[in-house]
Amino acid sequence: MACNGSACQSGCYKNGDELAAPEEGGAAAASNSNSNSSSNGSGNNLCVKCKVKEPFTVAGGGGGEDGRFCAECFRSNLFGKFRHAVTSNAMIGPTDNVLVAFSGGPASRVALQFVHELQYKAQKNFDASRDRSLPVFGVGVAFVDESAAHLPSSDKAMDQAIEDVKSLVLELSPPAKELHHFPIESICSGDSSDQREKLKEVLNAVTDATGKEDFLVHLRMLALQKIASENGYTRVVLGSCTSRIACHVISATVKGRGYSLPADIQYVDARWEAPVVLPLHDCLAQELNMLCHLDGLKTIELPYEPQSTINSLISSFVALLQEENPSRESTIVRTAGKLTPFAFNRIPEINDTNVPLATRRRQKRSSLKLNGSISSESFCPMCYSPLIQSKVQALDTPEASKTNSYIFGSSCCSSCRFQILPQDPLCMEHFYSHLPPPLVARASSGNAHDIRSLREHIQDYLLLDSDNEQ
Amino acid sequence: MEETAAKPRRSGGGGRQCCICHERRPALKRPKTLEQICRECFYAVFEEEIHQVIVENQLFKPGERIGIGASGGKDSTVLAYVLSELNKRHNYGLDLFLLSVDEGITGYRDDSLETVKRNEVQYGLPLKIVSYKDLYGWTMDEIVKMIGLKNNCTFCGVFRRQALDRGAALLKVDKLATGHNADDIAETVLLNILRGDIARLSRCTSITTGEDGPIPRCKPFKYSYEKEIVMYAYFKKLDYFSTECIYSPNAYRGFAREFIKDLERIRPRAILDIIKSGEDFRIATSTKMPEQGTCERCGYISSQKWCKACVLLEGLNRGMPKLGIGRSRGLNSNQMKTDKPTSRTKSIESKQCGSLDF
Repeated sequence: MACNGSACQSGCYKNGDELAAPEEGGAAAASNSNSNSSSNGSGNNLCVKCKVKEPFTVAGGGGGEDGRFCAECFRSNLFGKFRHAVTSNAMIGPTDNVLVAFSGGPASRVALQFVHELQYKAQKNFDASRDRSLPVFGVGVAFVDESAAHLPSSDKAMDQAIEDVKSLVLELSPPAKELHHFPIESICSGDSSDQREKLKEVLNAVTDATGKEDFLVHLRMLALQKIASENGYTRVVLGSCTSRIACHVISATVKGRGYSLPADIQYVDARWEAPVVLPLHDCLAQELNMLCHLDGLKTIELPYEPQSTINSLISSFVALLQEENPSRESTIVRTAGKLTPFAFNRIPEINDTNVPLATRRRQKRSSLKLNGSISSESFCPMCYSPLIQSKVQALDTPEASKTNSYIFGSSCCSSCRFQILPQDPLCMEHFYSHLPPPLVARASSGNAHDIRSLREHIQDYLLLDSDNEQ
Repeated sequence: MEETAAKPRRSGGGGRQCCICHERRPALKRPKTLEQICRECFYAVFEEEIHQVIVENQLFKPGERIGIGASGGKDSTVLAYVLSELNKRHNYGLDLFLLSVDEGITGYRDDSLETVKRNEVQYGLPLKIVSYKDLYGWTMDEIVKMIGLKNNCTFCGVFRRQALDRGAALLKVDKLATGHNADDIAETVLLNILRGDIARLSRCTSITTGEDGPIPRCKPFKYSYEKEIVMYAYFKKLDYFSTECIYSPNAYRGFAREFIKDLERIRPRAILDIIKSGEDFRIATSTKMPEQGTCERCGYISSQKWCKACVLLEGLNRGMPKLGIGRSRGLNSNQMKTDKPTSRTKSIESKQCGSLDF
């Protein structure tokens, strides 16, 4: 890494860091910075990439990116990172139906925008091509409405926010995209008032504020998977960016989830029916914010009260570190990237001959990168994190007293057992009885994922299509 | 909404009694579990947990000579006291010694050394003091005068590690025991994540390190909370020196320490959870890890041609304080060949880090 004394911003002499990280986006800029070092001193600032336009600045300072790129190069650099993540991880194939999870925030707004642009280009190519051989992937938008969990009753600000989301999605066509407005209580059983009740009951049973917040995140993923399976989506796109992933690395460490951490921070998470992909994995929150600002991308703020939890403590901590050194978030994610991922951290092999050969080949190449990954056998039914086999708790109580709620509880990871599940057995019974059916089904269905991955292994040698042969 | 750990069940129907013995009145809330217990039960549970750690991890063997790294601070004083106690109570059969390092910090180390000398008398454990001045020819005061207040902790830490090993060799001990507590190890795990040091991340939660080297070291306090160690020292009225090192305010570790203090307030068990996560991390086999060799100059354990202490020392002796600080690829491979580094100072600024040869 080039180090040009005062012009170098890698911060290697700042704190005696043994391994200071290069600045985000430095890969493109590093090769140019040598020739630009003279221009830093003079008044002639040019975009480090195209060297034609002037770099843009944000009033009040934009941190690391300020004054280096012109608006166009900045945008194309960011889109480039997105596209690179999508292609090198075989995230979106032509036959896929992609569900973009939209929270209203800047990261998911950019994810939605970039996916739309990708789809738009694909559509134009399709329209222009003669043989129409490559189909265009479909895109839908999911908005999981968590107001039942945060707000006491119907709220005008929330209604307005939902209307804003609807009009935003309408503007993103052609190609047209369906919006799935999904109230989170819909994953519970019963009619709508039952559902709201059950959700409130189950949330109130969690006394730990951080546990409650994390529990809601697990429910959110359940909701997304439900939307995906009911509407035929084959991928779920999350707008998780480097900054969010860095916070997750710290929070997983702090909650004793060091074993399962690598599962959540890769580009692809195929534990789920509809694999979850993170195309903004290499983009910083600051960059995404800046893009929304530059391009006037509308974001929607939800009227939820911020909670004081371990997660919020970690967000402020990481923000503080990032201020002190703009490469910190990237370093955290890169360090955690050196932990062994799991076998499900890649798109499962595509054996469908309808899928173009190029796509299948690309998927094979990306999956080879994950050689040596761990195959896990069991998952926590609450958070779906892989469990260390040797630590899977032996149920040492007599068979008769093993109620379903007890079995559920003992098969959860220690972190969920501490921060989510109620300690008192009676409270636990009550909690268990109100859990959404998909969660409960996970504990008893065993490991559908493992059956699938086992089958994948022997697929080529199976003669019969169904498994129902005796 | 503030969280609390699982609320301890009060015994005696609302009457305040120690959670453990149900006899005496509680004198304190245990930082690790928030249980309300009496002094005697606190001593018992604190000592018993350490005994269990020693036994389960097989830290010591009967007949071994153990050097206790003693700085005069609360951790090492309590360590000396507790190890002494447990050695007698459970018949570990160990020969215990106190080993102290004099870094040459006026107003800090000279005072804490007085404490260690008193500990020698109070606990009846023979003491050996090794000094930076004798080993390296430099005191920390002199080093700070040269390099300023940034990166001084790097020098001190590297030098101290070697100093302890040299002292241990002089005392002919089989093992070193240091007072690193749960908070320290949790901070180190976080620090290594923040700084991208995957190699250290994989080693830092081990309770015993350096087993393949001359002097293994262990950390009996690995699961003991700093607050509990302070509480133990306070209630037992142990003699220790409680001031922060005067050169430490700028250390990067401070970030991690502040964060962990805030975390402990919300969820006390998080400290142990961090250590657990650190133990459960699996490093991808494709990651390049440093190989262990020996230093060409002094024969000490090293992953580069020269050990860090030799690199830093060379930098001090040549008036190049930045040597060995920050990115220094290529520094070890083009080691100290030229006799006139000063003639190159003009061109240093324009050269890439990795190509600087000295």
